[in-house]
Amino acid sequence: MFSHARLMLMNDSSAAVSLQICGTPALRRKNLGPTVPETFTAEFIQKQVEEFEIGKRHLANMMGEDPENFTQEDIDRSIAYLFPSGLFEKRARPLMKHPVEIFPKQRAMQWGPDGRPFHFLFYTGKQAYYSLMHVSAVRLSKTNPLPVSCSALGTSRWLTKEEMEALLVEPISRQDYEHFIQLMERLLAMPCCSVEQQFVMSHRQQLEAQSMHQVVPPLQKDDAGVNFSTAEGRRKSSRGSVVVRDCGAGRLTVNGQDYLHYFPVLQDREQLMFPLQFCGLLGRFDLDCSVSGGGRSSQAGALRLAISRALLSFLSQSEGEAMRQAGLLTPDPRVRERKKPGQEGARRKFTWKKR
Amino acid sequence: MSLHRLAFRLRPTVTRVRSLHSSGFVQQQEAVAVEPEPESLSVFRTQEKDPACHSDKHVGQFYTLSSAHVRPLFPDSLPWRYQQQMKTFNETCIMVRQPALEVISYLKKADYSQPALRYVFYGLKGTGKTMSLCHTLHFCYTQGWLVLHVPDAHLWVKNCKELLPSSYKSSRFDQPLQATTWLRNFKITNEPFLSKIKLKERYVWTKRESTEAGSSLGELVDQGISRIKSSSDVVGAVMKELRLQSDQPGADFRLAVAVDGVNALWGRSTIKKGDKTAVDPEELTLVYNLRKLMKNDWSGGAVITTLSQTGSLYHPKSAYLPQDLLGERGFDNMDPFIPVSVPNYSEKEFESCYLYYMDRNWLQHPQSRTEEGKKELIFLCNMNPSMFERLCGHL
Repeated sequence: MFSHARLMLMNDSSAAVSLQICGTPALRRKNLGPTVPETFTAEFIQKQVEEFEIGKRHLANMMGEDPENFTQEDIDRSIAYLFPSGLFEKRARPLMKHPVEIFPKQRAMQWGPDGRPFHFLFYTGKQAYYSLMHVSAVRLSKTNPLPVSCSALGTSRWLTKEEMEALLVEPISRQDYEHFIQLMERLLAMPCCSVEQQFVMSHRQQLEAQSMHQVVPPLQKDDAGVNFSTAEGRRKSSRGSVVVRDCGAGRLTVNGQDYLHYFPVLQDREQLMFPLQFCGLLGRFDLDCSVSGGGRSSQAGALRLAISRALLSFLSQSEGEAMRQAGLLTPDPRVRERKKPGQEGARRKFTWKKR
Repeated sequence: MSLHRLAFRLRPTVTRVRSLHSSGFVQQQEAVAVEPEPESLSVFRTQEKDPACHSDKHVGQFYTLSSAHVRPLFPDSLPWRYQQQMKTFNETCIMVRQPALEVISYLKKADYSQPALRYVFYGLKGTGKTMSLCHTLHFCYTQGWLVLHVPDAHLWVKNCKELLPSSYKSSRFDQPLQATTWLRNFKITNEPFLSKIKLKERYVWTKRESTEAGSSLGELVDQGISRIKSSSDVVGAVMKELRLQSDQPGADFRLAVAVDGVNALWGRSTIKKGDKTAVDPEELTLVYNLRKLMKNDWSGGAVITTLSQTGSLYHPKSAYLPQDLLGERGFDNMDPFIPVSVPNYSEKEFESCYLYYMDRNWLQHPQSRTEEGKKELIFLCNMNPSMFERLCGHL
């Protein structure tokens, strides 16, 4: 892989694109015809898989690790170390993954050397879709004498149309997708046993419950017997950390100073007050904050997030859920947008002159 | 039904008739009716109008200044926001607080044959130093002292529109506008003393004008107000006279010198001379003469001052201690002085202020009248009086 004269750029969004580092005018001729998605033969894919395995072993040897137990995470880590990239778009950075993940799934040959198709539904045009519908209908028609209720459907959803297309490796129209979903719903309505449940679940995507993401900081006790908890928060380029103590005074210190002097603007103090006021715990806690970086508004936002996270350990789960829904626990993803060339700012264009 | 209505209409006339004939009885009734009301107000208000009678049990309570005292004593020298509040609430109420009570107790017990004591109020921004000064001044006024009040010494070292070279000493500069304003206010405050005090020296202003020894202080002040060019020198003369006369055994008045923002006298100024070099405060006549008053080489009075970062020049916002704000020169000049720290509101004082605003219907927002609203206010202002006042202004 490393001995090619061309640079193989693997982007996971499309197929591998090979760029000529040095080329002839004939190669630089413009493509006049319509672009057809490249198809890869099975041998080509196999060759890529072999090269990947060899490359993986080379990489493991380079990094001084065991080639036998070199996982994909280790590969990612090594590539990030060997090819450090400052690009913001994660998908544009160099990567090395198994060809199955890079090259789009393609259908194998549908017919044999004599021209006869393998699948009995080939001439419908949508063989995978109709075969799936056929199988589901057969299962629906089989009535099970033992009614067993289906569970584990609460935290999952049906696969979307795009996901179904990826699964079946053929395009599906909207009506076909709706028919399929209706059939699955009917299947669910029947008393089903575990085998059919498995079949149904293979077409459902597990939803990750939002509140599971939140890690509650542990409640610690210091020497005086006072409960306290620490948490951090960030906003833009500010980093703040807070120690919330259950003393009952309502005092605040920011970077050693009184918060009235550190945040002279009312808006910042309101931001700090918001988590406490929301939970109705205004006079109960002592806060010891430290913050650095950013401007006054982003420092206030970072501290607000840190206070909300620290308060989670003093509250019950339902109150924590209420905080999450209020948006107190969501880190604000907004960052300053970069300035683009040919424009004056991130969005502002230069003054347009008619002539 | 109609009889009922007739009775209603007749009732007010009946009471009026009664009041004409038996006014004493009705007045007694009214007095009885009025008495229970002050008791419900007295949690945060006190009826004691004389600052001399204020004591520790009045701490945290508001007392009302009578308008007869307010207009002469503070012709334009209260803080701007407080003046607005006075206009809105239609009354002048000051909270009795510990620092002012301390200084008043010292003033009561001081020996006035000794050199004048200097008191300095210091504290963080917005904690009530100027208001403590005004409270102390009110005490001095009610005791019959002569009040020499400089509302803000910072105004003399910055934003000067007219700067004249002094006629008396060529190296100094006059500020006629500021001097005339101050003389006018001085005249309003100390009306009764103007005719009583006689000058000891003769002052010559120009070839034709002079003030003879033995003429009253009022004439000197009028001279300064009418002849603007020599007003700064008149201010100097007034200060000198008062200083000399207050420690005479025959003098029947005591001199209270009150300066707000005394750190301006020893700081830097932003006034520029014609050739763009900065003027040292020493070169200003007004400042020079006021500094002479600040020294404790005279007796028969007291010097009460405040440090202020708000109007000060070239001082960081975090500076509030006397050492930082006065600088080396100022500290050496003022040393020894009695520093009085003015802290933020205590819980009792905050409660009292909150009840006062509620009583005046200043807190309109329904949330602010609840317990949670009060906690929010405490959090947002951190018991700082000026912050609290600004916050409530929004509600």
